[in-house]
Amino acid sequence: MSKLPLRKILGGTAATAMVFSLAACSSEDSGGNDLITYEIDCTQFEEFGDLSGTTVTVYSSIASESEAQPHVDSFAPFEECTGVDVEWEGNRDFEAQMPIRAAAGNAPDIAYFPQPGLMGSIVRDYNDQVVPVGPTAEANIDQYYSEAFKAYGTVDGTLYGVPVGANVKSFVWYSPSMFAEAGYEIPTTWDELMTITEDIAANAEGVEKPWCAGIESGGATGWPATDWVEDMMLRTATPEQYDQWVTNELAFNDPVVIEAIDKAGSILKNPDYVNGGLGNVATIATAPFTDAGLPILDGQCWMHRQASFYQANWGEGVTVAEDGDVWAFYLPADSVDEHPVLGAGEFATAFRDAPEVHAFQAYLTSPDWSNIKGQTTPNGGWLSANTELDPANLTKPIDQLSYEILADPATVFRFDGSDLMPSAVGAGTFWTEMTSWIANDKSTQDVADAIQDSWPSE
Amino acid sequence: MEWLLKPDGAGQEFLVMIIAIALFASVMALVLFLTDRPNMPRWVPIVGYLGPAVALIGFGLLFPALTTVVNSFQNRTKDAFVGLDNYAEIFTNPEFIRVLVNTALWMVLVPLVSTALGLVYAVLVDRIRMEKVAKTLIFLPMAISMVGASIIWKFVYEYKPPGVDQIGLLNQLLVTFGAEPQQFLLDPPGNTFALIFVMIWIQTGFAMTVLSAAIKAIPDDIVEAAQIDGVSGIKMFVYITMPSVRPAIIVVLTTIAMATLKAFDVVYTMTGGNFQTSVIANEFFTQSFVRQQPHIGAALAVLLFVIVSPIVIYNVRNMRISEGER
Amino acid sequence: MSATAPAMPRKLTRKEQRAVDNKTKLTSPTASVIAIIIAIVWTTPTAGLLITSFRPASEIRTTGWWTVFSNPDFTTENYSDALGTSGLGQSFINSIVITIPAVIIPILLALLAAYAFAWIPFKGRDILFTAVFALQVVPIQVTLIPLLTQYVNVGLDGTLWVLWLSHSMFALPLAIFLLHNFMKEIPASLIEAARVDGAGHVRIFFTVLLPLLVPAIASFGIFQFLWVWNDLLVAMVFASNDYAPVTRKIAEMVGSFGSAWHLLAAGAFISMLVPVIVFLALQRYFVRGMLAGGVKG
Repeated sequence: MSKLPLRKILGGTAATAMVFSLAACSSEDSGGNDLITYEIDCTQFEEFGDLSGTTVTVYSSIASESEAQPHVDSFAPFEECTGVDVEWEGNRDFEAQMPIRAAAGNAPDIAYFPQPGLMGSIVRDYNDQVVPVGPTAEANIDQYYSEAFKAYGTVDGTLYGVPVGANVKSFVWYSPSMFAEAGYEIPTTWDELMTITEDIAANAEGVEKPWCAGIESGGATGWPATDWVEDMMLRTATPEQYDQWVTNELAFNDPVVIEAIDKAGSILKNPDYVNGGLGNVATIATAPFTDAGLPILDGQCWMHRQASFYQANWGEGVTVAEDGDVWAFYLPADSVDEHPVLGAGEFATAFRDAPEVHAFQAYLTSPDWSNIKGQTTPNGGWLSANTELDPANLTKPIDQLSYEILADPATVFRFDGSDLMPSAVGAGTFWTEMTSWIANDKSTQDVADAIQDSWPSE
Repeated sequence: MEWLLKPDGAGQEFLVMIIAIALFASVMALVLFLTDRPNMPRWVPIVGYLGPAVALIGFGLLFPALTTVVNSFQNRTKDAFVGLDNYAEIFTNPEFIRVLVNTALWMVLVPLVSTALGLVYAVLVDRIRMEKVAKTLIFLPMAISMVGASIIWKFVYEYKPPGVDQIGLLNQLLVTFGAEPQQFLLDPPGNTFALIFVMIWIQTGFAMTVLSAAIKAIPDDIVEAAQIDGVSGIKMFVYITMPSVRPAIIVVLTTIAMATLKAFDVVYTMTGGNFQTSVIANEFFTQSFVRQQPHIGAALAVLLFVIVSPIVIYNVRNMRISEGER
Repeated sequence: MSATAPAMPRKLTRKEQRAVDNKTKLTSPTASVIAIIIAIVWTTPTAGLLITSFRPASEIRTTGWWTVFSNPDFTTENYSDALGTSGLGQSFINSIVITIPAVIIPILLALLAAYAFAWIPFKGRDILFTAVFALQVVPIQVTLIPLLTQYVNVGLDGTLWVLWLSHSMFALPLAIFLLHNFMKEIPASLIEAARVDGAGHVRIFFTVLLPLLVPAIASFGIFQFLWVWNDLLVAMVFASNDYAPVTRKIAEMVGSFGSAWHLLAAGAFISMLVPVIVFLALQRYFVRGMLAGGVKG
C-alpha cells in the first residue's frame, strides 16, 4: 500500500508506532498513498515523544472530496511515522462556523484559515484558546519560508499560523489558439494589454467581449472584485502604500485608492469590454465566479482575470497548458521592469497545546509535507511557498508557473488585502460595496467613502 | 459507552435513536406514575408536567434571548456597556435602514398576499371536481425545503444576455413578448419583490389549507339560510365566508408573519443579502458570524423581537378574549 | 385516499347538494381563470426544474427546458452524478435518525405541558402560557452560540443528542400552543364526568383526552417532520460531519458547483422526495389537526 522505504521508517524509534499505524491506516485512505514517491525521514518526530494513539482534528473550509482528499492523503506519511490519527473536517461555511465554534469553546485542534485577517481576529478575541506555533515549526518557517509569509502568520508579534498553501492571483486566463489565430502576442505591459482589449472590442460580434468576469460567490459575493482592486493597487501605488492601505493608515477613500478602483473600472465597468458571453456590466455581479471564465471555451470571451486555482474550474477534457485549450499570462504592470504579484494562502493555527499538535504543525512546515502534498494533488490547484518545494512534484503546469513566479527574486509579493483587513471590512463592506459598484453602478467615491466609514474603530 | 454518544454506522445510529425515544417516553411515564398517587399535593403534577418542557424552553430560548438583549448594549468584545450605540449605528447607516425597510416589506407583503391568495383559491376550488388535486398543487411547495425552493426559483429568474437562448422561464416570456431580458435578482427594489414572491409561493399552500378547512367547517344551516335569502357568489364570500373564517385568518396571518421574520434561507441562498435585498434575519447571521460584529447582530435581533411583539400582543389579547367567552 | 377524505356532515342527498353547490360556488369565468392561473404559476417552476433534472447537462446550459416538448432528450445521468457525491446515502440515514426523535420527543413533552396548561388551574398559569407562546418569536440564530457553549461544557457537542434536544426546544412553544388549544376544545363535562368517576390525571389523559388528540398530534408531527427534515441552520451548527443530513449535503453542492444546474436540479429533487411522500400520505391528518387546533384558537 505504501511506497515508503521501510528501511527509513524502521531506522528510528518510531518502529513501534509503525505497527499501530499500519494496521490503522490499512482500512482507510490508502487510495492516495500510491501517488507518494517522496521519501520522508521519520526520526524528525522523535523529539515529540511517543504519539501513537493520539488524534489531531483539522477544521477547514475545504469540503468537496476532490479538494479535501489530497490533504487527507498528504497526512498519511505523518500518520505512519507517528501513529497520530489526523481527522479532517471540511465545512464550506467555515468563515461563519469557525467564530461560532471558537465562541462556544469548541475549537478544533487545528484550523485552516483562508484569511489571516480572520485568524487575527480569532486570535485576539479568543486568546486563551489559541496556541502559538512551537519551536520546531517556527524554526522550519524561518528556514523554508520568506519573512513575508512568516509575517502573515504573526499576530501582535507572536507566530500563530503556519502557511499551508499559497496561490498566485495576478493571472489572466486566455485561449492560446484564439490569441494565435488573431495574431496577438502575450502583453507584457498594461498599455499592450489595453491595446489588445480595444482591438478585440472593435472586432467583437454579438455577445463576444474582450473580458469576462463574475463575482457571485454566495455569502462571499464580491471577493473577486476586491482582487481586481488589489491587483490595481499594486500597479498604481507603491508596495508601501499598499501595506498602509491594508492597515488603514492610508484611508480607503484616499485618491491613491480611488485611482486603483477606477483603473479596475476601466475594464470592469466599460460596457464595450465586458461581459463576454454573459451580458452587460451588471451581469458580473450575478455570474458565479466558478463559471465566469467558461465563455472563453465558447470563443465569446478572450480574457478572464482569476487566480491560479481557477484551473480546477475549466472542467473535464479541457487542457490547461501553454499549448493547451486555456492558459494564463501574468497580469502586466505599467512597465516590464515592475513585477508586483498578488497572492494569498491558508494558515494553520493550533487550539490545543499537545505534542501531537506541535508535531503536526512541524510536519506541515517541513519541505516533506509540501512535496508530498504536491504529489497527492493529481489535479493540481495547490502549491506552497516553501522554498524547498521541488516544482517537479507539482502535477500541473500552472502550479509550476505560479511557484516560479513566487520564487522569482524580481517578484514583489503582496498578500490579498481583503484577507488581511478586519472582517467587518475584508469579509464585509469591501465585498458588498464592490458588488454595489458593479451591480448598481455606485460611484467609486461613494464606495470608497462607505468602506472607510465602516472601518472598525478598535 | 462511547457508541451512545458517537454511534458509528446506520445500525448503531438507529439503536441510539430508539434508546433516545425510549428514554424520553420513560421520563414521561415516570412523571405520570409519580404524580398519579392519591392525596398528592396539588403542585406535584403541575411541576411534573410543566417542568421538563419549561426547563428546555428556558434553557434553549429564554436564556439565549436574554443574553442577546444584554449583548446588544455591549461593545464588540462584550467587556463594556455602550448604551444605545449599537442601535444608533443601525439607525444612522443607510445600509441598515435598507435592511429594516426590506424586513417591513416582507412582514407586510408575505402574510397578506399569501393569505389573500390562499383564501381566494380555497373558495374557488371548494367543492369542484378535482378539488384534492387542485389543492395538492398549491400545497406541495410547503413540503419543499427553502433551499430547494430557492434552487427552483433561481432557475426561473435565470438570466442570459439578449441574443442567446434564455434558459430561465421568466426571461423567456419577456423575450417572447418582445421585451429585453431582465436580471430579476440584481436590480433593487424589484429584486426584493422577486424574493418575497418565493416566500409567498411557499406559504400560500399553508394559508389555503387551513382556510379551506375553515370554510368547510362553516355550518351548513348558515349557508342554507343565506341561500334562501338569495345570497350567492361574491356576496356569499363577503357576508358569510369571510366573517366565519376570520379567526382562522388571524391564525394564518400570525403563523406566516412569524415564519417570514425568522426565515433567512431564501435570502441567504438566492442573493446572499447582496444587491440591497438583505433582511434582519439574514443580516444578523452575516454581522454576527461573518463580519465578526456580534454587538450589531444582537441589536438587530432585538429589533426583530420588537417588530414581532405587536403580533404576539395582539394574539395574546385575542386568546384572553376567547378564554373569557368560554 | 380520496375515499377516506374527511367526511363532512351531509344532510342533503348528492343531487340536492350539487344544486346547492352550484349556487354557493363562485362560478364566474373570471373566477375559474384566476384559479387556473394560480395553479399554473404555482406548479410550473417545480415542473420546469423536474424536467431539467432529466436533461443532459450541455442542453440545460444552452436551451430552455420547454424545448423538450419539441425536442425530447432525457437522461438519468444527473441523478447518478448527484448520488455519486460522496456520502449522500449516509446523509439520508442521518436525516431519518435526526428527524424521528426530533418529532416524537417534543410531542411527548408538549402533551404533558399542554395538559397542565389546559386542565390544571394554578396561579400564574396564564402568564406562563403567554410567555411560552411569546417565545416563538426568538429567532434560532440567536440561540446558536449560547447553546453550543453549554453543549461543549457538558461534552455533548457534535452528537445526535444535541440535535434532538435543540430541535425539541425550538418546537416546544408551537407544540404546546397547538395541543393546548386542542385540549381546551374538549368539553369540560367529559373531564368532569371522568373526575366524578374517580379518575386521576393519568386516566383522564389516556382514556378521555388522548383518543381525541390524535389528529392534533398528527398535524403537529407533520409540521415538525417537514421543519426538521428541511432544516439547514441547526444542522450546520450542531451536527458534526458524520451526522450531516441531506440538506447540508445539498447546500454544499450548491456552494461547490455554482450554476451547475444539472446537479442542483437532481440534488434538489432527491432532497424533496421523502418530505413530499410523507406529506402527501398524511396531508388529511394535517388538515384535520390544523382545523381543530389552530383555527379555533
